[in-house]
Amino acid sequence: MYSEKVMDHFSNPRNVGEIEDADGVGEVGNPVCGDMMTIYIKVEDGKLADVKFKTFGCGAAIATSSMITEMAMGMTIEEALEITRDSVADALDGLPPVKLHCSNLAADGLHAAIEDYLKKKEAGN
Amino acid sequence: MDHGATTRPDPEVVNAMLPFFNEFFGNASSLHNFGQEAAQALVSSRKTVADFLGAEPEEIIFTSGGTESDNLALKGIAYLKKNKGKHIITSVIEHPAILNTCKYLGDIGYRITYVPVDDQGLIDPADVEDAVTDDTILISIMHANNEIGTIQPIKEISAIAYECGVLVHTDAVQSVGKMPVNVDDLGVDMLSISAHKIYGPKGVGALYVRKGTRLQGLSQGGSHEMKKRAGTENIPGIVGMAKAVELAEQRLEGDTKYLENLRDTMIRKILDSIPESYLNGHPTKRLCNNVHVRFSYVEGESLLMMLNMKGVAVSTGSACSSKSLEPSHVLAALGIMPEEIHGNLRITLGRENTMDDVDYVVENLVDIVKKLRAMSPIAPKD
Repeated sequence: MYSEKVMDHFSNPRNVGEIEDADGVGEVGNPVCGDMMTIYIKVEDGKLADVKFKTFGCGAAIATSSMITEMAMGMTIEEALEITRDSVADALDGLPPVKLHCSNLAADGLHAAIEDYLKKKEAGN
Repeated sequence: MDHGATTRPDPEVVNAMLPFFNEFFGNASSLHNFGQEAAQALVSSRKTVADFLGAEPEEIIFTSGGTESDNLALKGIAYLKKNKGKHIITSVIEHPAILNTCKYLGDIGYRITYVPVDDQGLIDPADVEDAVTDDTILISIMHANNEIGTIQPIKEISAIAYECGVLVHTDAVQSVGKMPVNVDDLGVDMLSISAHKIYGPKGVGALYVRKGTRLQGLSQGGSHEMKKRAGTENIPGIVGMAKAVELAEQRLEGDTKYLENLRDTMIRKILDSIPESYLNGHPTKRLCNNVHVRFSYVEGESLLMMLNMKGVAVSTGSACSSKSLEPSHVLAALGIMPEEIHGNLRITLGRENTMDDVDYVVENLVDIVKKLRAMSPIAPKD
């Protein structure tokens, strides 16, 4: 039911972990629903220098988290904000329809992390 | 490791069936020789299944499986007794074949009471007794639960039903072949079984209906199966089921002891070697092959997929691996907290499994849980 790409990212997830001094942290989902994701970003010169994740959830939740860290790495903030749930699913050669809404939280997580970064930056100025 | 889902048909079962595809293909209703060979096989198969359950041959109706047997039992009684009463008692942890049939009957004007279970999945017979009213026509409680393996006190429930003059049905699809199942001992009026759970073929099952219990057939047609189930009999399937039943009877004692040992070893090793792991269901009143465990901070589908990559097939009651995305109604009924309800595995052992298999699964499970917890934002840090 999962594509080869999903299975690859699920079995060898990229960029798992936390960033200690992250510039932005985005937390989405909740354990009651069975999917929860935290995305950490490090920003340098307006670009995402590092992106890491921690995810509790099904195969799709883990694979989308891993995928988005690869996609976003090195992007500018503006580019990263353009990543959507659909583009993550497309990059994985699709997700089963039933998973498209429930476990495809990675884009929300990344956007939340960027918002957190922008808010902190504003407060700092 | 997923024998609760289905089992590999025993070679003896397959061999018993083959001639009824190739050679003896007759219609059991035909009077010529071809038909009579089939009719004879039907008679002897019915007797084998009846003997196994401690029943009479005319009390066995062959069906297409557990789901049809459950439908026939519930609707067959409900339709026939609608003028006597419209109340049915069942439990919150039944198989969907019962739950959804009850839901349907509820939609067309019947009243359904769902009795609760305790945190180990046991039904209190007193709750069943309290639920009986003047218009109760049927009590349907499963013999053993398909997810957590808890064995219900059917005997006690039947005694209450008898006192109250109410019929009792039990879904014994999971218990048959894994513990003694005798209709008189259980005191039930109807009992559902399925062949593919006991190393038999898919697409065939039976409903036991106690002599004198009237029930309305669900399909109109010929006078097959004591006029309770119209349609030309699935002779190869029925012959296969009879062979599976015969083998189950011979192997019952040895298999039960063997599987209990594997089960208990696996449970002990998992609970000992993985922190924050818990057994779901009852510690002793459980099916001899059922291991159902819960792990905090991880999700069941991920567990299942990683085990699958190691060549181990298991199942999970977790929401994410089901099409409905709803967490298991059985686990919810046990009072498991919503945030803890996702990390479950059901391992159902079978006669081909060995102690080496048990060790292999436990070893891999230890690694997999560790890996997933390292990835989980809700797991406490080491």
